[in-house]
Amino acid sequence: MTQPIIQPIIQIESVTKRFGPVLAVDDATLAILPGEFFALLGPSGCGKTTLLRMIAGFEAPTEGRILIDGQDMSRVPPNKRPINMVFQSYAVFPHMSVLDNVSYGLKMAGVAAAERRDRAERALEQVKLAGFGTRTPDQLSGGQRQRVALARALVNQPKVLLLDEPLSALDAKLREAMRFELAQLQDDVGITFVMVTHDQDEALAMACRAAVMNRGLLAQTGTPAELYEFPANRFVADFLGSVNLFEGRLAVDEPHRAVVESAQAGCPIYLDHGVTGATGATVWAAVRPEKIELHKRADERPPAIEDVPSGYNVARGTIRTVSYLGSESIYLVTLETGHEVRVTRPNLTRWDQEDFTWDEPVWLAWHHESVIVLQA
Amino acid sequence: MQDWRRNSGFFASLAVPPVAWLLLLFLVPLGGVWLLSFGQNTGLTEITVTGTLANYQRALEPLYLEIMLKSLWIAGATTMICLIAGFPVALAIVFAPPRAKTWLLLLVMLPFWTNLLIRTYALIAVLRTNGFLNAGLGWLWDGLSGLLALLGLGSLAPFQPLHLLYTDFAVVFGLVYVHLPFMVLPLYAALERIDRSLIEASLDLGAGHLRTLAYVVCPLALPGIISGVIVTMVPALGAYLAPDLLGGPSSQLIANVIERQFKRANDWPFGAALSFLLMYATFIALFVRAAVARSRGGGGAAL
Repeated sequence: MTQPIIQPIIQIESVTKRFGPVLAVDDATLAILPGEFFALLGPSGCGKTTLLRMIAGFEAPTEGRILIDGQDMSRVPPNKRPINMVFQSYAVFPHMSVLDNVSYGLKMAGVAAAERRDRAERALEQVKLAGFGTRTPDQLSGGQRQRVALARALVNQPKVLLLDEPLSALDAKLREAMRFELAQLQDDVGITFVMVTHDQDEALAMACRAAVMNRGLLAQTGTPAELYEFPANRFVADFLGSVNLFEGRLAVDEPHRAVVESAQAGCPIYLDHGVTGATGATVWAAVRPEKIELHKRADERPPAIEDVPSGYNVARGTIRTVSYLGSESIYLVTLETGHEVRVTRPNLTRWDQEDFTWDEPVWLAWHHESVIVLQA
Repeated sequence: MQDWRRNSGFFASLAVPPVAWLLLLFLVPLGGVWLLSFGQNTGLTEITVTGTLANYQRALEPLYLEIMLKSLWIAGATTMICLIAGFPVALAIVFAPPRAKTWLLLLVMLPFWTNLLIRTYALIAVLRTNGFLNAGLGWLWDGLSGLLALLGLGSLAPFQPLHLLYTDFAVVFGLVYVHLPFMVLPLYAALERIDRSLIEASLDLGAGHLRTLAYVVCPLALPGIISGVIVTMVPALGAYLAPDLLGGPSSQLIANVIERQFKRANDWPFGAALSFLLMYATFIALFVRAAVARSRGGGGAAL
């Protein structure tokens, strides 16, 4: 990790938030850079929304402080902060027209009526709602209401735009389309976006960087690829996508080689890199389902060298369930140890030549590069 | 087995007692009084319904019209004061911690559990010349006077108790006291329904608390405000006890006139006509409210 040279737009410094006896956010420290699309990711109740609401000023930190653009926000009320928010329910004012909704912030800032109208109409164009100004919110669909909320926030040209679960209320197809649109919009306006979401796909697809939260703690911060390929612990590995974990003991730990002995895997698991952990400690070897290959097992002979190249870990199992998802299939394979392993394979051709099926004996093979050792 | 939800006979039978109650004890006597308003006295206790409009004509004579306008003015002032005093109370209850909310609502409703007559009599003790209000004011006055003397600024003239009881002020004071819960409860219901994120959105967009109140909270609470005004205004317009006990000779309101027609004057037809003028006014107010609610698109569930 390199130290940022540019000044962060948002600095969260040792922020803790308690609601009575409940610890919602536990000593969070985080820097968000200008122009970033940042995601706060975590399961419900992990404290991500509380953190967002503290940035907006609707909640005050119990301890610690938040700086926006270098300024301490501790004593600044929400209406004086250089940020705007898109609420989960969109919170479009039902008693105002779309145009009045969008120009509300400008009106509060004392912008003259003519300029207000101009800028509001441009903001509506930006979210593809040109000509909707005279409508009332009850004449809009959920997706359109969200666009109004977006325009209403962006028209004020805030330093940071906060989005609270922006896509959760949309249906699946629209949600996916909006992912690209939001990312594109962020690129166009150049404003820092901070989004709260419980959906790891959303965070991976849209964010430049994301912070994964669990029970009030920041578990890991990084780019989507860093979080997915190099998770810091079992929680992050399991929360982003799915993962196969083999509990075991670190048997060998050398600079370019490590071995985990796992009763669950039934075989030593080889890694092509060192771990820097205490030998003998309990660890978890993690392998993503798409990084495991399936091979036919007609007999008890291990797969031939030409079938499985060197550097692969190999285990024997039997397919228990196949679930066909169109673009890919998920196989649940029971190892001889009884441990269950999840494998995904893309359906590259219309008719899968190999056609793995229920109760079929298979070899599982995964490259020693694909294994990551988690110590927590 | 038949789905009980579709058993319309079951629901119809449930509705029988309240409908019978309303029909026998409310609508039938009301209809009787309505018929009386078109009648005339033909003997000491006999009334003939002749279809005459003479009672209504008499009700619109300047003497009674003046009393009606005065009633309207007193009820209007009561309603305005209730609105101004009740809105902050309702707002405070809405934003109180959930635990305190129940208790605060209970406090608002507490006076309902005391007899109206006793509550009104209690106000006499508060407002009379040697009452609690004058005693309190006198105490403050003496304190101020003592303070001035201490500072060597001379002293004030002895305190003259204010003449509060048996005035229009006392009537409005009593009416506000009795009717405040009628205003607070619909306001509370309307404010409670406002989505908190709308208020937060307004703050987020740069409006302070006062502008949020003016541009977001009040417009959204409008159905509740209209309901509160009507539920306060209608009983205040027909108030009888407060003007009778707290008012002076000139603060007799329309309800007191009606009472006199039925009792001392023994002119039931005229009393009925006056009563129904009030009823018509109420119906018009409710009709206007419904029309407003309809034009605003379904905001009419607030009553």
